Amino acid sequence: MTINPDQLIKFSPMHRLQWEDAQQKDVILYPEGMVELNQSSAEILKLCDGTRKLAQIVSDLEEKFSTSGLTNDIIAFLEVALKNGWIQQH
Amino acid sequence: MAGSNNIKITPPRWLLAELTYACPLQCPYCSNPIDYANYQSELDTEDWKRVLTQARKMGAVQLGFSGGEPLTRKDLVELVKHARDLGYYSNLITSGYGLTEEKIIQLKEAGLDHIQVSIQASTQELNDHIAGTTSFQTKKEVAHLVKKHGYPMVLCVVIHRENIHQMPEILAMAEELGADYLELANTQYYGWAHVNRDLLLPTKEQFEHAEATAQAFKEKVAGKMKIYYVVPDLYEDRPKACMNGWGTTFLTIAPDGVALPCHSARDLPGLDCPNVKDYSIEQIWNDSKAFNFFRGFEWMQEPCKSCDEKEKDFGGCRCQAYLLTGDMTNTDPVCSKSPKHGVIQEAIDSAKASTESTNEKPLIFRNSKNSKILSKTE
Ligand code: SF4
Ligand code: SF4
Repeated sequence: MTINPDQLIKFSPMHRLQWEDAQQKDVILYPEGMVELNQSSAEILKLCDGTRKLAQIVSDLEEKFSTSGLTNDIIAFLEVALKNGWIQQH
Repeated sequence: MAGSNNIKITPPRWLLAELTYACPLQCPYCSNPIDYANYQSELDTEDWKRVLTQARKMGAVQLGFSGGEPLTRKDLVELVKHARDLGYYSNLITSGYGLTEEKIIQLKEAGLDHIQVSIQASTQELNDHIAGTTSFQTKKEVAHLVKKHGYPMVLCVVIHRENIHQMPEILAMAEELGADYLELANTQYYGWAHVNRDLLLPTKEQFEHAEATAQAFKEKVAGKMKIYYVVPDLYEDRPKACMNGWGTTFLTIAPDGVALPCHSARDLPGLDCPNVKDYSIEQIWNDSKAFNFFRGFEWMQEPCKSCDEKEKDFGGCRCQAYLLTGDMTNTDPVCSKSPKHGVIQEAIDSAKASTESTNEKPLIFRNSKNSKILSKTE
């Protein structure tokens, strides 16, 4: 599964992304399961709100962290997220 | 006491709230205790709210409302709302019996995250026979309504000798109903399933055939439907890492308020499982005898004690060790290193013999009458 750069990316309504105080981590919750996220993954997913395409997510994050060259890492993570059903495109 | 103080205690993550033992169905593999009819009292709404609040504070995040049939509780919507306000991800584990569209909408508004509907078989005849109640059509309708109202739909089918031959049809049914998750749970032989084991345990060939069918389907629906396949441990040579380690992750609260490290722990002798009416969740989790009993490795006997796999499986299931060897601190007899491993083959042979016998005894259905009879003879 690959990310289509021309489509908006949206977090799946079948999952929930939330901050867990007890773990000091963002987690994804879904039936019978929970995934703990590291900070960069969580930052990417928070931008998958259905208003941005790939390029926008990359530039927002590069701006936020005053860096560049994040494209490949972000694509790699988003493909994992797509495969796991955490995000959707259409 | 078996637990020792130098073990680092991790907070609970999963809370199973068994709201009631009442259930209109009578599944002969039910995991409720055999003597459930002796526990009539139920926590009230305020008790449950306090339990939810305290467990959430410690770090519990996944919450299952189960039973019995949780829909028989009049305060279910109120409890779901409370759970949502606290930030739980909540799951209703239901037979679907009595779940109206109106209720589905109310629960959604209250913040329920998903609904797990159990179906007993792929045909009306077998479903209704195993459930002990006419319920097949209702369950299918409920599955449709669950989808219609935007919940992830989790279909759960418990697998045993009476329905294992229907595996292809069960998979097709899950696809047709649009399940997002399918849980194929091979029967675990505790509670009622232990009593009915001779009639429920499939042969190894049946298991392998069904598993291969399920695996092929899993690949076919990858990306569309997620399949949880619960393995039948009697045919393995290592036990499962029961409860992810005792008192590390899971907390079950029984209808009368007894806190259990695993939902079958009520049957283990001498644990003195504490009640939430007497103690806070924090006291129960950190300090009670029951929750510390099998924490760490101190309690183990040989061959587990000096085994290099003990951090992987924690010596297996305590309830299985107790039920099949009579000593809950023994190695789970599923393990091929257990000196009692032979009891597993005996169980398999005994089940096989019952398929060949001409006067097969009938299944004992889970209902109050049978519960009372069985708890007297135990
Ligand atoms: S397993 Fe069957 S009888 Fe037991 S609580 Fe669930 S639906 Fe009711
Ligand atoms: S001997 Fe005990 S610890 Fe070792 S593999 Fe068997 S059950 Fe696990």
